Amino acid sequence: MSGTATKVWALHLGVLAALLAAQAVLPAYHAGNLARIMVLAVYAMGFNIAFGYTGLLSLGHALFFGAGLYGMGMLVALAGWGAGAALVAGIAAGGAMALAVGLLALRTAGVSFMIVTLMFAQAGYLTILYYTPYTRGEEGIVIDRAARVLLGFDLSQDTIRYCAAFALFAVALLAKLVLVRSSFGRVMVAMRENEERSRMLGYDPFRIKLAALVVSGLYAGAAGAAYGLLFGYVGASFASIQYSILPLLYVLLGGAGTVLGPFLGAALMFYLIDLAGGITTAHLLVVGVALLVLVLFAPKGILGALRDRGLKWLP
Amino acid sequence: MDFGPFLLLALMEGLVTAAVLALTAVGLALVFGVMRVVNVAHGEFFMLGAVAAWFVTTWIPGPPALGFIAALVLCPLLVASVAALADTLVLKRLNYDPDATIVATIGLLYILQQAALSLYGPDARPVEAPFTLRVQFPWFGYSGYKLAVIAAAAVILAGVWLLLARTKIGLVMRATQIDRETARAFGINVDRVYAGVFALGAGLAAVAAVLIVPIQQAHYLMGHDPLLLSFIVVIIGGLGSLRGTLVAALLIGLSDGVISVFFSPTLAKILATLFVALVLVFRPQGLMGRRTA
Repeated sequence: MSGTATKVWALHLGVLAALLAAQAVLPAYHAGNLARIMVLAVYAMGFNIAFGYTGLLSLGHALFFGAGLYGMGMLVALAGWGAGAALVAGIAAGGAMALAVGLLALRTAGVSFMIVTLMFAQAGYLTILYYTPYTRGEEGIVIDRAARVLLGFDLSQDTIRYCAAFALFAVALLAKLVLVRSSFGRVMVAMRENEERSRMLGYDPFRIKLAALVVSGLYAGAAGAAYGLLFGYVGASFASIQYSILPLLYVLLGGAGTVLGPFLGAALMFYLIDLAGGITTAHLLVVGVALLVLVLFAPKGILGALRDRGLKWLP
Repeated sequence: MDFGPFLLLALMEGLVTAAVLALTAVGLALVFGVMRVVNVAHGEFFMLGAVAAWFVTTWIPGPPALGFIAALVLCPLLVASVAALADTLVLKRLNYDPDATIVATIGLLYILQQAALSLYGPDARPVEAPFTLRVQFPWFGYSGYKLAVIAAAAVILAGVWLLLARTKIGLVMRATQIDRETARAFGINVDRVYAGVFALGAGLAAVAAVLIVPIQQAHYLMGHDPLLLSFIVVIIGGLGSLRGTLVAALLIGLSDGVISVFFSPTLAKILATLFVALVLVFRPQGLMGRRTA
């Protein structure tokens, strides 16, 4: 193993070990927060695969998150599926939705792509509201405690919930690390940097971008399904535009095109809003100002800036 | 009521929507056309106009018409200056980079929303119409104010068209739109043009909001629908084509009125959003646009 590879694996396995140990040390409140952050970070990692690595600025990821959330939730609540099967179905729903959106939206690029994805997501959100008799619309579905049992583990218990969130996060993080270091990961970056040139090298940009978007959708679907199972609630607000913007915010803060950036961004933003909540109720202001400051003064985010200043090996 | 009068009512409601939508969407189209900036905060400028109208009409004593006219003049000016400030402080420093300005205007959206929530509160509040007149049709009575809104929007849009097509200001704006660098070389202060266009776009949204607020009430989250509908209109009309924007506003406004009355408002919006997405996918130049955007 080369020196760089050793450093990369040491860093990421170290972060995972620290997170596993944190469960024993942290008070219940913060452990609960961290579980939530890890699930949201999986969502943001998926967003980063599309935006940070492949250069696809989608404003419609809430649709994929919502597909996972509702795919899981409605199978559990209406069809009486078990948690495990519903979780798998939720992940698949996220990927399938990304495939469907991608087949159409990837015919456009740039600003048009952003608006098309936004429109599809908005249509999806409105559809959830339209079928309120089944989806319970704004009010949402509460997933029964009895239904939240995965492989014999009761996910409504704090420790088990933390471990489940950690397991999902760990799998997602390591899979992403392998993905972006693979040759396919390099092609994704090539697509971001210069689509024409990569086409000349014999790659098919449409298929590469579609594949990246589907992987991204699988991540979002997994995060959505897991969120519903772990916290027992499925609601339309999670499919609204705000949930397309949050992962963008996390990724920009942590660093687009970095493996750990989304987690760092999600954690910092979560606590920034949480702390600001103690001083003022103006959490929208915090989000707005954070976006402006980031785009004006730190467009590369924290890890992106570190990578520029010497840590070149950061994946 | 029979089908005929019912349809007429639906069409008239649609026409009111179309009038307000045309004003808002022309503002968005101008900003995109000249500056190539997708202004996600456009709906919040609309909301700001409505909320400011509530403040102005509450402060000014006397008959409602007086306060309303004051609001119609003051609110767009206020909103335009907020927009000019945002352009100078933020967008200019980003060098109008498309991706960065989208993120920045999302940030602006949240800041304006929070400002309205903190200063104005979460309630929806009504503004009194400047006059209460009921126009009696053979089948039903209809609000005279709504008809006045349609007329006012038409007059203002004609004014915008005159400004763009017949004045030096319009010429300078078109020159900047076609080639920023050459315009600069000919001594046009591009920074000032951009700030002016951004302010004008926001001001048009604010005018639309002041006109609608006696019908709809002012609320801090009211910017959401105008933003999406304006996006829809601008895209269907063809990015950068003002005539297309007007036609699309009529199309969307009328169909929204009809589908809302006969089916459900949510269904109308689902169909409109899907339609737009598909227009962009299969006909990126829009229904009327000639150049690719």
